[in-house]
Amino acid sequence: MNISINNTSGVSLYEQIYEQIKNAVLSGELKSGDALPTIRSLAKDLRISVITTSRAYDELEKDGFIYSVVGKGSFVAAKGGGKALEEHLRKMEEYLAKAAKLAAYCNVDENTFITAARNALGSDNEK
Amino acid sequence: MKNKIEIKNLTKHYGGFTLDNVSFGVPRGSVVGLIGENGAGKSTIIKSLLGVINTDGGEILFDGVPLGRLGKNQRQLTGVVLDDVSLPSAVNLRELNTVMKNMFSRWDEQTFFALTERFRLPRDKKTGEFSKGMKMKTAIAAALSHGAETLILDEPTSGLDPVARDEILDILYDFMQNSGHAVLISSHITSDLEKLCDYVVFIHGGKVAVSGEKDALLEEYAVYGGNISDLDPAAVVRVRRRNYGADALVKRSMIPPSFGTEKTTLEDIMLFFVKGEKL
Repeated sequence: MNISINNTSGVSLYEQIYEQIKNAVLSGELKSGDALPTIRSLAKDLRISVITTSRAYDELEKDGFIYSVVGKGSFVAAKGGGKALEEHLRKMEEYLAKAAKLAAYCNVDENTFITAARNALGSDNEK
Repeated sequence: MKNKIEIKNLTKHYGGFTLDNVSFGVPRGSVVGLIGENGAGKSTIIKSLLGVINTDGGEILFDGVPLGRLGKNQRQLTGVVLDDVSLPSAVNLRELNTVMKNMFSRWDEQTFFALTERFRLPRDKKTGEFSKGMKMKTAIAAALSHGAETLILDEPTSGLDPVARDEILDILYDFMQNSGHAVLISSHITSDLEKLCDYVVFIHGGKVAVSGEKDALLEEYAVYGGNISDLDPAAVVRVRRRNYGADALVKRSMIPPSFGTEKTTLEDIMLFFVKGEKL
């Protein structure tokens, strides 16, 4: 995992960490079940307070991106979790809107559009 | 979950100086930075903690036990590094190890030499011939080799070059991988504390001027360089007037977002409180 912080940026440190881990989870770079560094080893690595890393992890857990097991550490949550799901759905709707715009531009009728969507889903399920 | 160190209403009168009702704690699993200019009272606090000086009031507790009632085994749970590193100077590290073995029932020779190796300290040279940095590293190695859960360090990085300071920071981070440990570190090199500390206590004129979670403090305050009369007076904590303008330490939450402010550092907070004035 690759995390770095910028001390002079206006964004608070815990937010920077939150964003980087969130993006790594959403992009698939961090997979469900992957172990995250402990809050203390991350604090050491980034040379910051453990309160900062702890706060970032608390927010990530609250938003469903990670979960913690007492005595074991923190892990990336399964794909269906909380805010992660919301973000994925939002992105999906965004892409659909783009596809619908293209369909309208090419005068593609609704049935053709839906068939194309079904094919896309089907081919993805076969992967 | 008790504080590893608890200081309540600590008071001490000297001729020209008074330590006045100082209270703070060092929670388990945390690093507390004690900052303040020379003469503010940091060393008096540390000396009181170690029982080196008598106090005129207040309580000091280690793991909930009053200082005066600590047994020998309990005392060993606290490692100490003072700025005038008073190690026997005519001995080398091998001999020092022997001395320490006899002083501490929990002395761990393996740990001590592992640390001196890590610090690249020669075993056969007399410590009196060590550089300042080497002496400090020796003291830290010793403090970490008798089973201590709490470390008290007084100016451990003064006079050290950036590389040495970074190495010591590394050691302290390692020590803090264990959430049952705690560190109280007094320093005027605020940039070191800014990284490591979870809490800061700022001593000025013998009193606690400001204290709290380090991140929260650095977010709570900001430096404003614009026209101070544009601000709500309640937002202005301290002002430093210059010949051609003035800077203010302000409460970020009381400043309209459109007014540009700069991030604070611990050094800013210290300078504004010491050299600034109230509105």
